[in-house]
Order: sequence, then structure tokens, then C-alpha cells
Amino acid sequence: MTDDAARAERHNQKRQLGITFAANVPHNKALGIVIEAIEAEGVVFRLPYDAKLVGNPETGVLHGGAITALLDGCSGAAVFAALPRWPIATLDLRIDYMSAAEPGRDVLAFATCYKLTRNIGFTRAVAYHDDRNQPIASAVGTFMLATKGGDAAVTRATAGLAAATATEPPDAKEPT
Amino acid sequence: MSDAAPIGSSVLARIASAKSRGEFGSIASAVPYAQFMGITLHIDADQLTTTMGFGPHQIGNPALPALHGGTLGALLETAAVFEVLYRGDPAAMRGLPKTITFTVEYLRSAGPLDTFAQATITRIGRRVANVSAVAWQNDRAKPVASANVLLMVG
Repeated sequence: MTDDAARAERHNQKRQLGITFAANVPHNKALGIVIEAIEAEGVVFRLPYDAKLVGNPETGVLHGGAITALLDGCSGAAVFAALPRWPIATLDLRIDYMSAAEPGRDVLAFATCYKLTRNIGFTRAVAYHDDRNQPIASAVGTFMLATKGGDAAVTRATAGLAAATATEPPDAKEPT
Repeated sequence: MSDAAPIGSSVLARIASAKSRGEFGSIASAVPYAQFMGITLHIDADQLTTTMGFGPHQIGNPALPALHGGTLGALLETAAVFEVLYRGDPAAMRGLPKTITFTVEYLRSAGPLDTFAQATITRIGRRVANVSAVAWQNDRAKPVASANVLLMVG
């Protein structure tokens, strides 16, 4: 195996670990988030509509907090996808809300890490129903790379998960 | 979906009524998402504190463990909205305050503990309110996150 092939293989293994990790983040699971894709070019998360996440009981519109969590997690995963080093920590996130999510409909998020420096990843993300050009919200974020515990902590956290999830039927779509 | 005035107006009427009865703190229980997040309101000497009681479903990084950043964002945003409803006049609002822009800075890793937030209104105009909020856990002097929230209130 060439050095390049070995590097690509390591990258791929880490990415798979990242997918497993993201899918098992307790808060992502509690929100019902589905990881649709984690690729270097971008990451797609899906937040299924759920009555427990409603902010305005009169309209059934999802609470902004759920969208914030979706965009935060998706943006973090985009940094990981661009450079698989865990864990990462959000430094700052700005979200512009353009329109309310429609009641009863899933919300998708697409995030990309457009710049990495030695310590910081810069992200852009958008939340939408079916067209990224008709956003519900858009976000920009900065993330600190490889924080406390380093890769070892994540490897430990995901070691048990990989075995546990292998026995469950896959409910998330395979990354494209 | 229409943006017409009646949307949210009966919610606002209920909030105004709870406020006049001195039961403003009870309105969090009417919001499903607030219940899901374990968010409650406390008023002490006219100071509103929004509390997110810890639950394992709020964890973002099990290795540390640390709360998911999104939960802190949600707490700060919620604190800002409740502050506007508490200080402002819900009966005069066309709808519930709507977030236009939300900016959060994460200052420290937040552990598996209860988290508290307080918000301050910098300016409240006819249509827009500028609010800042801060969240902490066991030490008010060591905030875990802070936020600026721009809300549409007209």
C-alpha cells in the first residue's frame, strides 16, 4: 500500500468513527437527528419533526433551540469531516433565522468547513426543508480543533459504541 | 404560512394573564420544547432566571462529559425570549418574539450539571429587541456561554 493509500484508509476509518460518534451523541439521539452524510465537501443532518420540539404550541412550529442544536452539531461534524481530529469545541456560532420551519416537516442541515487553520475550523451551514436556496436559517461558526482528551478520548468513547451499533438494524441512511 | 396578527395572540393573552396573576414562571411548562429541555423559570427580587435542569439527553460529548453546545444555545435564546416577555407588554405584541439573529460564544466546557441563564435587554424598540444573555453552572463568575439575541417583537 502506498503512503497515499494508507493515509486515505486512515482518513476513511476516522470518518466512519466520526459518523458512529455523531450518531451516538446523546443529545443528537434525543432530538432524533439522522446523519445523512459526512463527506469532506459537506455534511447533511436531518431533524425529523417531533411534537416534543415545538416552541409555539399554537402553531406547532419547532423551537429555534432545536434548529440551533442541529446547526451546531452539523457544523462541528463538517469540521471533523474536513480534518478528522476529535474532539472539537464550538467557539462561536451565529445563526440568522429567515423563516419559521413548517409544522410537520423534517428540517435538513447542510454544513461545510471552508477553512482550516492549525487551531480553528471555519464553517457555514444552512437549515432548509428541501431546497438549500430557500433557507429556514443560516449559520457561520468557528471551532477549536482537537481539544481536551484528544483522539484517544473519542476512540475510548466510540469503542463500545461500534460494537453496540453493529447489532442494531441501521436506521440511518448510508453516507453517499 | 401567514404572518397575520392572530397567530400566537391567544398564547400572548395567556402569558399576560399569568403575569398579572404573578405566575409568570408557570409559562415555561406550556412550551413543549422547554419541557423536553428541562427548562424552568424562577423569579427572585424581580430578577428572572431560566434554569435548564440537567438530563443525560443533553450530553454532546460523552467522553468528557460535556453538554451539547446546542442545549446551551437553546437555553440562552429561551432566556432572552422570556426576558422580553417578562419586561415587555405581551398584550401589546403582535406575536411571540421571533429570533432574527442569534450569536453564541462558548466560553468553557459545561459539565453534567444544572445550568442557569439570565438575560439583559440592551434596547427594546417598537419592532426589534436587542438582548444579551449569559449562562453559568456552579459559579456565576465563570460563565459557560454568552449570547446576543436580536428579536422581532412588533
